[in-house]
Amino acid sequence: MTHIKEMVVVSGKGGTGKTSITGALSFLLQDKVIADCDVDAANLHMILNLDEVLLTKEFFGGKKARIVPERCTHCGKCRDVCLYDAISEDFVIDLVSCEGCGACHFLCPAEAVDFDERLAGYCYICSTEDNGRFVFAEMLPGEENSGKLVAMVRNEAREEAKKMGHELILIDGPPGIGCPVISSLTGTHLAVIVTEPTPAGAHDLKRIVELTNHFQIKTAVVVNKSDINASYVEATRQLCKDNGLVYLGEIPYEPKITEAQKEAKTILDFAPQCVASGAIREIHTKLQSILEEL
Amino acid sequence: MSEVQYIYDKGLKAMEDMNIAFASGKGGTGKTTIAVNLAYFLACSKQKVQYLDCDVEEPNGHIFLKPTIDKSTPAKVMVPVIDQDKCTSCGECSSHCQFNALVTLPGNVLLFPELCHGCGLCVYICPEKAIRDGDRGIGLIEKGIATQDIDFIHGILNVGEPMAGPLIQEVKHHYKEHHVRIIDAPPGTSCPVVKTISDADVVVMVTEPTPFGLHDLKIAVSVAKNMEKPIGIVINRQNGEFPPLETYLLKNDLPVIMVLPEDREIARHYSMGDILLQALPLYIDRFMELAVNIGRLLGKTKTQVAR
Ligand code: SF4
Ligand code: SF4
Ligand code: SF4
Ligand code: SF4
Repeated sequence: MTHIKEMVVVSGKGGTGKTSITGALSFLLQDKVIADCDVDAANLHMILNLDEVLLTKEFFGGKKARIVPERCTHCGKCRDVCLYDAISEDFVIDLVSCEGCGACHFLCPAEAVDFDERLAGYCYICSTEDNGRFVFAEMLPGEENSGKLVAMVRNEAREEAKKMGHELILIDGPPGIGCPVISSLTGTHLAVIVTEPTPAGAHDLKRIVELTNHFQIKTAVVVNKSDINASYVEATRQLCKDNGLVYLGEIPYEPKITEAQKEAKTILDFAPQCVASGAIREIHTKLQSILEEL
Repeated sequence: MSEVQYIYDKGLKAMEDMNIAFASGKGGTGKTTIAVNLAYFLACSKQKVQYLDCDVEEPNGHIFLKPTIDKSTPAKVMVPVIDQDKCTSCGECSSHCQFNALVTLPGNVLLFPELCHGCGLCVYICPEKAIRDGDRGIGLIEKGIATQDIDFIHGILNVGEPMAGPLIQEVKHHYKEHHVRIIDAPPGTSCPVVKTISDADVVVMVTEPTPFGLHDLKIAVSVAKNMEKPIGIVINRQNGEFPPLETYLLKNDLPVIMVLPEDREIARHYSMGDILLQALPLYIDRFMELAVNIGRLLGKTKTQVAR
């Protein structure tokens, strides 16, 4: 049986260039399944060389409650038990506030509350031009439960990896440190953090490192836009040393990355000779040897 | 009094007691920079300003506003406490819990606190009355006074804690009257964002003119539109033309209320934790324009509501 390794790229702070770097790395890595777990704002598909969408699956997020006026006796029980203030004085449930806990449904003496699953998004399985697979998802706007959709994307990616006999899953994780990030990280073998040399970047880096430590995931760090503020690059290097993290290197600020995006390409595809592409190639070499040792 | 001054003063009046939320589909568009500098600008214009950082996963406003924190309180959510002696392992609690936070084993019930949403259903449902309310810390609420007397508050989510929602609600419980309330929302478009902007009077979307930026802006706009919020667009790091964005904004009747250029100086001062307007006063006019435009947006909704 093949042993599948999962590598996730995360950032804590948004806008560090995580997706552009994931795209570039996917260009270099062979025989892999790519999973975009940034389900709130999936972008990676915009720069990959995709072939076609093979399969679209519906995602049901969670249940929401709805009071059926004809059956409701206005007894007020539901308003007493709802801890989320989701039920108005005239017994209408606000879908935004409803947490989907079911308390009103199970406890209503008149059985006046319907409680049904809602379509919350879609998950797509695509083929890539280099014989890989790409799984991504789109959440319907304002829907909840992105953590659960992340789990679905990762499951589908694992299934594809098994089917294809690929041993690597490359995950583009969401920003932040909350529910969808935790879903993206749990059980992965290697976390690559993309940070930037600013106080906000450093602040968020510390928090996401705590998180990967918490889940005991081997962690490596890349500093993007490294020439904005050299002092933070040094501090990041030190932080890696102190916390036993792998320091993968730095990528200088490269306006061509945005141009590549406008051409729907990764930077390696668009400007293979630029300094940033060179830096990403070096990082890839280091990652390869880490992956082999896992 | 010049006309600009007049519109400006009127705009400021319209803002008092208003909730101005700063959102962005994509992270890292400069949402915090714009929010912080508008707060600073309004405070310098003798407005009473409150800054609420609802980006509880990665709160960054304090890096720039540098508040003196004088009050720090833990935020808690309800979590069930199970009396294993009374429990008969009937399984009612775990079969009703929508979040798979309870597992019934022969002889006891296991709780996975990080899955629990604190809804309290299990407390009601247990036929043996073996479950009671307990509590669990999910983060910290910190309050203080920042530069220019800005009333500052933020929530910091504990690392490893998935429940951002209740902490955001907690931050919003601290709304101060007679203040312009500047609310920094989390990035993205799902539940935490919806919770944050639910009671905003106007939503300022900060975007950058790139394909990723546009793609995420579209999703964020549809969320705010669903909630019938007036929307103003700030284009950050403008660098030449990006026709797809202009076309989209035009087609959807979305007003651009400020443009900031791509400027290495801005990036440099950001990287040092400076307030942009302190370091680069040449941008003051832009923020004045932003304030006026937000005032206009607020005016617009009022007439719409009246009709
Ligand atoms: S508990 Fe049921 S019957 Fe009573 S007010 Fe709520 S929905 Fe109506
Ligand atoms: S399902 Fe839960 S959150 Fe939703 S309305 Fe009913 S009690 Fe409130
Ligand atoms: S409080 Fe609600 S979410 Fe938590 S264990 Fe009980 S039923 Fe489940
Ligand atoms: S419902 Fe009460 S008695 Fe039944 S398993 Fe749960 S805790 Fe035990």
